[in-house]
Amino acid sequence: MAHSSTKKKPVGAMIVMGIISAALYATLLVKQDVVNSTFAQGGLYALLPIITAFVFSYFHGTFTGHFWTVLGVEASKKKMEVK
Amino acid sequence: MHDILSNFINLDAITILYLFGVGFVGGLVSGFIGSGGAFVLTPGMMSLGVPGLVAVASNMCHKFPKALVGALKRAKYGQVDVKLGIVLGISAEAGVLYGAQIQENIKKTFGDAGSNLYVSVAFVVILATVGGFVLYDAWRTYKSGNSQTAETTGKLAKWVQSINIPGTMVYFKSIDARVSILFTIPLGFSTGMLAATIAVGGFIGVPAMIYVLGAPSLMASATELVIAFVMGLGGSLKYAMHGLVDIRLAMIILAGSLFGIQLGAIGTTYVKPFMIKVVMGLIMVIVLFSRGLMVPVYLAQLGLIEKLSEGTVSLLKTTSFAIMIFALMLGAFIVLRAMWQGRQAERLQHATGALEHGKV
Repeated sequence: MAHSSTKKKPVGAMIVMGIISAALYATLLVKQDVVNSTFAQGGLYALLPIITAFVFSYFHGTFTGHFWTVLGVEASKKKMEVK
Repeated sequence: MHDILSNFINLDAITILYLFGVGFVGGLVSGFIGSGGAFVLTPGMMSLGVPGLVAVASNMCHKFPKALVGALKRAKYGQVDVKLGIVLGISAEAGVLYGAQIQENIKKTFGDAGSNLYVSVAFVVILATVGGFVLYDAWRTYKSGNSQTAETTGKLAKWVQSINIPGTMVYFKSIDARVSILFTIPLGFSTGMLAATIAVGGFIGVPAMIYVLGAPSLMASATELVIAFVMGLGGSLKYAMHGLVDIRLAMIILAGSLFGIQLGAIGTTYVKPFMIKVVMGLIMVIVLFSRGLMVPVYLAQLGLIEKLSEGTVSLLKTTSFAIMIFALMLGAFIVLRAMWQGRQAERLQHATGALEHGKV
């Protein structure tokens, strides 16, 4: 935390990604009946859950990454390379 | 389609919080050791009333995006060998398909109890041998006082690296040597078979990369995330084609696990490499006892031993699940503690450095 204080924290990006992520989850849960009946049809519809997983992982993954950075939880500065 | 839809449970706030929480802890451990969490998530979902196949499919559909995010994060720290991950991942995919076929055949011949017994025995045998060895190796490193120094390549890995089979040799940066793909194919295949059997291929994949190929622990656990991504993507597509993925369950678990995997990945930059082995070995050995408790239940169901009373079966099942949760929580605790200590030590060093240079 001590070292990160000098660096600008991605608060804005975290908020934007957080809102998009929350909107995606809200849509998924509010429309769960339509989602389930469409996604479970199998065949080519199998691509829908895969695409959903990629989209959610992008927005929510970026949000969670920024979340820990904003909290000051960052990788050690010493050991960035293994070998 | 009505049949398929009846596979999907109703979600309430408690269920959502439960899945989010287990996802977080599973993600934390996965970010650190490259796999884990699935052995609690699948039975955890089944305890909510989710049918077995839907639980396996939904778990897999959360695993591949989680592994992708974790692999990208750890690639930033220079810990991922993408080529090794893809080479092992493709053969692991074949292993998954073969493993699933074996499972199906056992289920057809011996029913659910036979299939469960097979899974439990695979758990116990593999976790006892591989998990025991990983833990022993970590203990040996700790006792020898070499835990601070870089890892050395074992005898088996040195032998594997010394074999030259023309036309099959590939250079891998994590090993910093050329290895024949005739060695990597069976390792990937076994990882996939284990993933199809007990849902955690990394219990074979990571030790195989460390002890057979000679990869450092940190790189092996990070590369396992690439394997998990390749395997998970293929597996999810296969299950989704049969309409078995409950995307709501998968995405809720993903919501928690993406918080966890980032933290677990950050944790690897603070710890000594042998800590990967400590966490992995401990989880494997504890889970072994959990599954071992279930063996008499399945043996009784198959009529191979005397019938057990309902109370005994219920007690064994509950204890078994509780031990699995304990294994995951202990793993998460060690990761967080090691990370906390690493951060404290680094801060102290930073402060001392600043004092010495007269900055403060």
